[in-house]
Amino acid sequence: MVRVAHIHMSGCTGCLISLTDTYEKLLDILGAVELVYALTLADEKTEITETDDKILIERKIPENIDIALVEGSVCLDDHHSVEDILTTRKNSKIVVALGACAASGGVTRFGRGGQMSQPSHSSFVPIGDVIKVDLALPGCPPSTESIVNLIMAALNGDMDYLEPFAEIAKYGKDACGCDVIKNVIDQSLCMGCGTCAAACQVKAIEMIEGKPNIMTEFCIKCGICGAQCPRVRFPELVQKIE
Amino acid sequence: MDPFGTYKTAISARATDKAILKKSQDGGIISASYIYGLENGLLDGVIVANTEDGFKTAPKIATTPEEVLSAAGTKYTVSPNVSVLKDAVREYALEKVGIVGTPCQVRAIRKLMKYPMGFRHTDSKIALVMGIFCMENFPYEGMKAIVEQYAGIRMNDVLKTDIGKGKFWVYSKSGDVKAVPLKDTHMYEQKSCHVCMDYTAELADISTGSVGSPDGWSTIFVRTAKGEEYLNKMIDAGALETKPIEDVKPGLDLVQKLALQKKEKNDKEIVHRKEMGLPVPY
Repeated sequence: MVRVAHIHMSGCTGCLISLTDTYEKLLDILGAVELVYALTLADEKTEITETDDKILIERKIPENIDIALVEGSVCLDDHHSVEDILTTRKNSKIVVALGACAASGGVTRFGRGGQMSQPSHSSFVPIGDVIKVDLALPGCPPSTESIVNLIMAALNGDMDYLEPFAEIAKYGKDACGCDVIKNVIDQSLCMGCGTCAAACQVKAIEMIEGKPNIMTEFCIKCGICGAQCPRVRFPELVQKIE
Repeated sequence: MDPFGTYKTAISARATDKAILKKSQDGGIISASYIYGLENGLLDGVIVANTEDGFKTAPKIATTPEEVLSAAGTKYTVSPNVSVLKDAVREYALEKVGIVGTPCQVRAIRKLMKYPMGFRHTDSKIALVMGIFCMENFPYEGMKAIVEQYAGIRMNDVLKTDIGKGKFWVYSKSGDVKAVPLKDTHMYEQKSCHVCMDYTAELADISTGSVGSPDGWSTIFVRTAKGEEYLNKMIDAGALETKPIEDVKPGLDLVQKLALQKKEKNDKEIVHRKEMGLPVPY
């Protein structure tokens, strides 16, 4: 059995909700994997340490993880957070940055400290700034279908399908609506299909005169617009229709 | 070079409904398919390129045959049809969406169906992907320059535009017909069209365009099992009148000629861009 873990960093649990939202498909996935660690979905694996003055009960990231789905960004001001992500990398064969916060920082890029509930936490970075990431799936949250597709492709070793996610893991950390301006419009590649506007999950893109207009004040830097654009990346397997 | 992409069958056809033919560009295939789908429960909503004031185009979600008909006809300017796809599913709660696009838009749709990262519960709602033959497109201001400066017709007076016989035709509401030689229009083309290697919407379920068929008829490529089933239902119901493509003039040879013309020209542009170190779609 393939050992899968869902690791929760600084995120809103939306990606986990999207994962569970697979309903009957989730059963297919769970039938094919052993879920060794996940909030609410799997029993906690705790370690109890007793000292003279206290009893410590800790949630431990398990060893020998095949696929680690990491949600949320790393809070550099929280040593638990940093340790957890380092342990995740050490214990996992494939690390997947699941969703915008893990892949590019997402909305947590705007965290600036002084806020409830932990005022001293001010610095949040995508997990790729701390560890090497194998696959990154953008989206806030990524769609249920794309999570299923990614997990099934990983289980089947379908590297052709996974290739774009490997690329995002490599180059996608500075994701922003301006990717579409820099990589598509400025390069005279935009033909005005409107996929970016439809993909944007915070409605930060409107189409004006057949071209995307990025409203930067709404952009949460998830990178979905650039990732979904057919004019940057058009994987060969998309050509196959039946 | 493969001119058409994979397809199951090619036919020549036109809508049997006179009301559709009166409004449509050529054989009325897109309008007839949409209307047939809406009336027979195969589709519960469709995305069309609608015309607004000043012959501007904008995508619109249509749920009635009347709305489909009022948007019939080719626009030759950009209508970001994919941009309203998610709205069709979310705001209109559609379960079976028909979408039509230029070849590049059809490619965008196929990519989002295979990689639906930001399209939660959307890709499974796409019931029919229709594609239209396309050589290139014009930005709105580009088309305005052609229509107003070259043809001398105000955008608000435009009834219909057409490309055929080497000319860009403009029909005004008051009955004027003006033609602009295509060579004068090239400079107004959308430059991103020049890296496109698809003339016949190779990834659609059903692709259609006027080229290859006689006036008032359209050429159709049926490409997928879904498209085949859909089209057969329409033909059986008498919504389309068809002829074997081999029996019509000018036939597939002309489609092939134009498809290869586009591919060869744009392949050179892609090579040229690469030589200059510029990115191309990959």
